[in-house]
Amino acid sequence: MSSTTHTPPGQSREAHASAASEERSTYLTDGYGWKSWLLTVDHKRIAVLYLISISFFFLIGGSFAVLMRLELATPKGDVVDAETYNRLFTMHGIVMIFFFLVPSIPAVLGNFLVPIMIGARDLAFPKINLISWYIYVVGGLITLWIAISGGVDTGWTFYTPYSSTYSNSQVAMTAIGVFITGFSSILTGLNFIVTIHKMRAPGLTWFRLPLFIWAQYATALIMVLATPVLATTIFLLGLERIFRIGIFDPTIGGDPVLFQHLFWFYSHPAVYIMILPGMGVMSELIAAFTKKRVFGYSFVAFSSLAIAILGFMVWGHHMFTTGQSPYASMVFSVLTMLVAVPSAVKVFNWTATLYKGSIEMTTPMLYAVAFIGLFTIGGLTGVFLGIMAVDRHVHDTYFVVAHFHYVMVGSMVMAFLGGLHFWWPKMFGRMYPEALGRFAAIIVFVGFNLTFMPQFIVGFQGMPRRYHVYPEEFGVFNLLSSAGASILGVGYLMPMLYLPWSLKWGKKAGPNPWGAKGLEWTIESPPITHNFHGPVVVDEEAYAYGEIPHAPKFVERPEEESKVVR
Amino acid sequence: MWKDIPILPESASTIAPHVDLIWWFLVALTVFFVVLIGGVVVGLASYYRNRNDGRKAVQIEGSTSLELLWSGIPLVIVLALFAWGTIVYVATLKAPADCIDMTVVGKQWMWKVQHPTGVREINDLHIPVGQAIRLTMTSEDVIHSYFIPAFRVKQDVVPGRYTQMWFEPTKVGTYHIFCAEYCGTGHSAMGGMVTVMERVDYERWLSGATGEAPEVAGKNLFESMRCASCHPIDPATKDIGGAPPRGPLLAGIYGHEIDLKGGGKQVVNDEYIRESILKPQAKVVLNYEPVMPSYDGQLGEEQILQLAAYIKSLKGTP
Repeated sequence: MSSTTHTPPGQSREAHASAASEERSTYLTDGYGWKSWLLTVDHKRIAVLYLISISFFFLIGGSFAVLMRLELATPKGDVVDAETYNRLFTMHGIVMIFFFLVPSIPAVLGNFLVPIMIGARDLAFPKINLISWYIYVVGGLITLWIAISGGVDTGWTFYTPYSSTYSNSQVAMTAIGVFITGFSSILTGLNFIVTIHKMRAPGLTWFRLPLFIWAQYATALIMVLATPVLATTIFLLGLERIFRIGIFDPTIGGDPVLFQHLFWFYSHPAVYIMILPGMGVMSELIAAFTKKRVFGYSFVAFSSLAIAILGFMVWGHHMFTTGQSPYASMVFSVLTMLVAVPSAVKVFNWTATLYKGSIEMTTPMLYAVAFIGLFTIGGLTGVFLGIMAVDRHVHDTYFVVAHFHYVMVGSMVMAFLGGLHFWWPKMFGRMYPEALGRFAAIIVFVGFNLTFMPQFIVGFQGMPRRYHVYPEEFGVFNLLSSAGASILGVGYLMPMLYLPWSLKWGKKAGPNPWGAKGLEWTIESPPITHNFHGPVVVDEEAYAYGEIPHAPKFVERPEEESKVVR
Repeated sequence: MWKDIPILPESASTIAPHVDLIWWFLVALTVFFVVLIGGVVVGLASYYRNRNDGRKAVQIEGSTSLELLWSGIPLVIVLALFAWGTIVYVATLKAPADCIDMTVVGKQWMWKVQHPTGVREINDLHIPVGQAIRLTMTSEDVIHSYFIPAFRVKQDVVPGRYTQMWFEPTKVGTYHIFCAEYCGTGHSAMGGMVTVMERVDYERWLSGATGEAPEVAGKNLFESMRCASCHPIDPATKDIGGAPPRGPLLAGIYGHEIDLKGGGKQVVNDEYIRESILKPQAKVVLNYEPVMPSYDGQLGEEQILQLAAYIKSLKGTP
């Protein structure tokens, strides 16, 4: 996307001169004290705060996983006892979902890029943006305190009546932590919706938006509509746990399956909160490293919305074995099948974009290619689970664990790492070490598959999830999985070391190291506090890498011109 | 070493081959698409690699016909899969008429099973080969899930309600029973083995163990709890202690529909009997007063199942 930066007369020369000099002012140099960071309302600084916080929680959640895989390396319980193991998988789930995956791409890359990509100075509500980070931190601190003071053992799903009556762990406090953190998502979602509706630069029509924005928009809709249901559910759980009001526990008049309906009404859409932003990143990566417009732009854009809408109607596929009506199960099953269509549309369009491209296999592109493969496996194994006859066998086994890790880790974390490497030079003005980056990407890909592929097999054999000890015959596949996890761990540690290193010693990036299109690549790296030196006007489609041969040239409408004057 | 490692789970029920057929079709489909997409991606990525030879990317808008093609093909495939999976699922929902009924009560962290002859076992399950078995299950505490991988069946066991599952073993052997729904500290230890035996061996096993048949235990309970002071069990009974019976006749009602006070109908099944014992006011029979006290807390889940078995055994015309 090309743009015209209209600089007010008189400032033009100075602005360009300072941009070229070493000491030009950027959002990073605009104040150095701790207050300038903790009280900032700059979306870019808040994105950096989020990046630091989610990396911290990724390490915490990852270390729980390390202990779990260590325990599961052998069939017997020889590293930790059952109580501890149950707390480990619960805390792993809670930390990774609520404190890493949900905020990962929206709160870090979204926060940094949404305003820049639409030509705005900031989000619509900068202060609410800061508040949402503080809410996240408060929720995070509560969760950390719980981890230190004994943990919680209900599983991240908090199924009743175990959570509300029988568990002897910190359920109420965890519920409060998750309840609070939910408001952080709601506020971020609200901020994105308003920003994308109201703050697009003149000329930046909906169908000129980068697909990353479409994905963020779909995600924000889910955040705003689904997260309140989680808050309500957790609130009801707290009422029953603390005041013994019978809602879910049948001994005091409640219905335990009601909890599952409410919980999955949030948590299934939440799965799409965790994958749609990754799909948005994918479109950007594929376009930038093929130097092409994304094949079938509008189909990719609308498939995000289709996934967001369908995502609200499939929660019952988590409940085929609860004894819910088989007719209800059939409806949920067929709707679940439909989700495969927009997902497939995305995969095919990304693949088609490669055709006749000018492809560079950089680190971000390696992650993007890995995403296509792993998401295809993650998505297709979802079809297994949507079929009632098959789900009755593999539900609550390691097959499910492997499936959602292919989507959540194999796809979303790959997209996050790809996006982080892609925009790292924009965020900090320095290049990461490319050879090391590619090496780490390959290590992550190999480690990931070795960790989770054996879990599909052991799940089909019938090993249930959340098992501290297991029969001998599942041993080999679990050992393979643990071995893979150690490789994956090394792969994840590498960027955590070389990215901070590059902040000081990395090669200077310049405004557009990738030769990519998009408003973010028209400004300096790192950007100035207000992103642009003046009002922005957009007069081109997204991904305008060149003319489309044999296509009628885009004719500018006169209304577009009048907007410039505004 | 490798020959001891099973890649596939045992297939030992009538349902298993049907599930496995869908399974293998899905595996083939997944491998096909992963190889196709992976191959195309790797092929295109290497063929169109930027070789710094001045070749530029060719811009392509998109293609509606291609979009329709690659939405349509997945749509047809998944709808066909849905239909296939649903047919198999529905066909295996209803137990055959000649099935043996057993009850399973889950509690942290054990399975309590009772055979129709009254024999009880904890965690393990002994069943005859070639015989359909129907389990009626409930839980005394949290949600559990009864899972026999070799039979490809799993059913959550939910407190406060009955769930059912059935299977027909086809192969003599021993297979795992797991609890598949996380239920607390001992979750991974909650399970045992199902032993599928020849029918003669099963009869021998049964005769080696003793136990009261559930309907006999139910009859004893019925008497000791003095249920008969309100509920007649003989259609000829016209008065109890000089007054008309305060509760409805129980003989012959099981499986039939009754009219409810305030309108509506209800089929008398295990679920309704359980509700009527624990929450008698919930659905009162037409022409009776809501005078029955609740037995919540006085009767355990197994005892309620025994009472239901007794009521089921009472013959007569309602």
